[in-house]
Amino acid sequence: MMSNITDLKLVELVDKIKKKELSSSEVTIAFIERSKKSKKLNAYISENYENAIKKAKIFDQKPDFKKKLPGIPIAVKDLFCTKNIRTTAGSKILENFVPTYESTVTQNILDEGGIVIGKLNCDEFAMGSSNETSYFGNVQNPVSENLVPGGSSGGSSSAIAAKLTPATIGTDTGGSIRQPASFTGTVGLKPTYGSCSRYGIVAFASSLDQAGPMTHDVKDCSLMLEIMSTYDTKDSTSVDFKRENYLTNLNENIKGKKIGIPKEYRVDGMPKEIDELWEKGIKIIKENGGQIIEISLPNTNYALPTYYIVAPAEASSNLARYDGVKYGFRSKGENLIDMYEKTRSEGFGDEVKRRIMIGTYVLSSGYYDAYYLKAQKVRRLIKNDFDEAYKKVDAILTPSTPSSAFKIGEKLNDPVSMYLNDIFTVPINLAGLPAISIPAGHDKKGYPLGLQVIGKAFDEQSILNIAFALEKNISFKNNITDWWIK
Amino acid sequence: MSKNNGEYLIIRNDNKYEVIIGLEVHAQVLSESKLFSTSSTKFGSEPNTQVSLVDAAFPGMLPVINEHCIKQAVKTGIGLKAKINKRSIFDRKNYFYADLPQGYQISQYKDPIVGEGSVTLDMPNGEKNIGIERLHLEQDAGKSIHDIDPQNTLVDLNRSGVALMEIVSKPDLRSLDEVNAYIKKLRSIMRYLGTCDGNMQEGSLRADVNVSVRKKGDKKLGTRCEIKNVNSIKFMQMAIDFEANRQVDIIEEGGSIDQETRLFDTKKNETRSMRSKEDAHDYRYFPDPDLLPLELNDNYIDQIKKNIPELPDEKKKRFIEKFKLSPYEANILVSDIEISKYFEEVSKNSDVKLATNWITGELFALLNEKNIEITESPISSKNLSKLINLIKDGTISGKIAKSVFEIMRDGDKDPITIVEEKGLKQQSDPKELENLINKVIIENPKNVEAYKSGKDKLFGFFVGQVMKNSNGKANPKLVNEILKKKLN
Repeated sequence: MMSNITDLKLVELVDKIKKKELSSSEVTIAFIERSKKSKKLNAYISENYENAIKKAKIFDQKPDFKKKLPGIPIAVKDLFCTKNIRTTAGSKILENFVPTYESTVTQNILDEGGIVIGKLNCDEFAMGSSNETSYFGNVQNPVSENLVPGGSSGGSSSAIAAKLTPATIGTDTGGSIRQPASFTGTVGLKPTYGSCSRYGIVAFASSLDQAGPMTHDVKDCSLMLEIMSTYDTKDSTSVDFKRENYLTNLNENIKGKKIGIPKEYRVDGMPKEIDELWEKGIKIIKENGGQIIEISLPNTNYALPTYYIVAPAEASSNLARYDGVKYGFRSKGENLIDMYEKTRSEGFGDEVKRRIMIGTYVLSSGYYDAYYLKAQKVRRLIKNDFDEAYKKVDAILTPSTPSSAFKIGEKLNDPVSMYLNDIFTVPINLAGLPAISIPAGHDKKGYPLGLQVIGKAFDEQSILNIAFALEKNISFKNNITDWWIK
Repeated sequence: MSKNNGEYLIIRNDNKYEVIIGLEVHAQVLSESKLFSTSSTKFGSEPNTQVSLVDAAFPGMLPVINEHCIKQAVKTGIGLKAKINKRSIFDRKNYFYADLPQGYQISQYKDPIVGEGSVTLDMPNGEKNIGIERLHLEQDAGKSIHDIDPQNTLVDLNRSGVALMEIVSKPDLRSLDEVNAYIKKLRSIMRYLGTCDGNMQEGSLRADVNVSVRKKGDKKLGTRCEIKNVNSIKFMQMAIDFEANRQVDIIEEGGSIDQETRLFDTKKNETRSMRSKEDAHDYRYFPDPDLLPLELNDNYIDQIKKNIPELPDEKKKRFIEKFKLSPYEANILVSDIEISKYFEEVSKNSDVKLATNWITGELFALLNEKNIEITESPISSKNLSKLINLIKDGTISGKIAKSVFEIMRDGDKDPITIVEEKGLKQQSDPKELENLINKVIIENPKNVEAYKSGKDKLFGFFVGQVMKNSNGKANPKLVNEILKKKLN
């Protein structure tokens, strides 16, 4: 039965293909069929269905079962450049851009036998927390109609939650994997900065951007990370550390693990359900032999303002290349300056323009010291907070977001309230640490809520193990009713 | 303008003005590939054939430092006797232009790879040290071409991303001659090191020139103007001369100088305002987050230091001490690495003094006449040293050597073969020479008498006759000796 195939988790599908119980074609077609029926979610920007089916058939003719993703179909966030497949970054300015090259992360997936079935919607240049800034329109959260799927990896979170792909990948600059995972009841991991190569990923804020997996559960997440994370000489910030066999090493034994609870994360006005969820997580840790330790991350309050200086500063420079000269959208102008102004005014959306302006401002002479330089110093302090904490604990447990998913349009005209959504995720990017969000419960509206486990740099295995233990004890169930399929 | 005592002063209404010059030289790093990509840097290729995805700033493309360029910058720093900074940072210099694909230039701003150093100039009045402020690495931009298509500007990105060293001098230069000597010395040092080919026609060496003037004796520097992108020493001198006079005229009329960026129009021989200080770009420099700070350890720097070849200043010293050359001769021979190499090859196997004279005399005249470099010399160092040895051992005279040289210049023929084939060997057999001399004495009895009665000057006449009768092959030294004996 087709519908059963899409209910399977990634690791199960891999197993069934390896045991020849399913073919790559069967699996690929099943996810494509379901994707076709799910247009209402608007999760895809570009489809690669025909090509994917061809590739699946080729795989079946000469299957290589040693691969970690043997003929597995997968849809990816449209921020990853994919050779010969349109890559838009959710922007009009790249509406017709078809790369001649493959990002390292997607290449790793292809090398392990994965088949790209399409490119998933996201906030324009990954700037947003609700997927509402995409030039290609809103994405529906499969949890409930007119609910945002989070952002910026909103197409990815929607697609994985709705089972349009057995696993997916996103990018996380300030929470863009973990927040949408939390909003859709799925698992999302942001690896340590330097773990996954940034080569071929459309840049938002280079010192913060990291690619990571988004999956149904921690096992699938471990497998995906194993594939995605490689040392890459094409990215000067890629780090050559010993990468684990995350899936093989996965275990739920957290006995003796010291888990920190940062008091600064108990923010005013946080819904009661989230507090309760956090308590639930703490209880599980204790019951499984973990040790809970109260810690302090004193500069947490400064994380959001710091982030909204550093990220736009880098973005304002990173996005300068979209000028209409070499590729992408170009508007006609009277002269060079006029062409630039028209191209960029018409090619970028409001949120992107807002951040370019903020970024340009904070880097301007006379303001640089007061904003950018100060922010870099605070960023160092935030990192120091974590370094101090990790002298006492192995990992840190917090909620993923201060609220559950909100309605489409609810926060669109209130950027600050939108930015506040990332309050628990942003400090981790500033410190360059790994963190995973796992579904842990529902609020009273029935919307999913996530818990975040933050690890030491390059210690993804520990947070995967802790998340694995939490997952087993929580046994979260996503109440998704396929409401969008007639 | 006055050049008394080598001073360059501008005089107006009895006021003497000193000209203060600082140079920012952009030297293209000698490297097969670009600073942050693997594209070729070959000059003169078809437009846009040496452009990688990184050079064209495609989405998601990242710069990766070319280690060779780092080494070249460190080498150059050592050649400039400068401080090598163990930690340097690449920054983004943000501005929009059609031939700048990233929308920013990767450069080094606050933390350059090389700090303060100095360059020694040999001026007629003695040595002068010019301070080096810093050397930093940066990417070159592409080229906008405005004159091919009537409607559009075309862009060639071959040069985009090519590594440049920007070498900033202190405002220590005071004359056009010093500018000339400074550029030549800088070029010479880099060519010795193999870090820049110094080819100004191909744009491998260009400079931004900072000029200000002040009344002689004043301590405070005047307001400076920067003249952008001048690509030959001659144009630099013309631009400075025009600009200094322009500034003096303004001051003499009671005005003041506005700090601004100016352009030099080579056709009209004048500088023109490009933008004022108020219109100056805000480049919004910040550390490039795609690149980590560049950290060099002592071992790395020491290894490079160990392999630094002998540089012009040291070579000059050695030539003077070892070969007893005059400072003037030494200067000429070390001014260019290829000349010094040629000289050392020739003098290795032949007389140093003769080698010096033949290279700076006959050979340079030949190269000048043909307008070619010493590397293209039609006469190899090996054959020139053979020629010198033929003179030294008396096989041929200096005069015959000149005619042999004339034959050698067409096809680098072995001088020994030429001498044999043409029978140019010097007659040094005393008996044969005696016969020749006797013949001349017999044929010119009147002159012999005149000589003996005191007309000493006639001695030359007899030598000339002997040489003529021997077709120039008689050994002049021996002829002199024998003739003297015979006549006295």
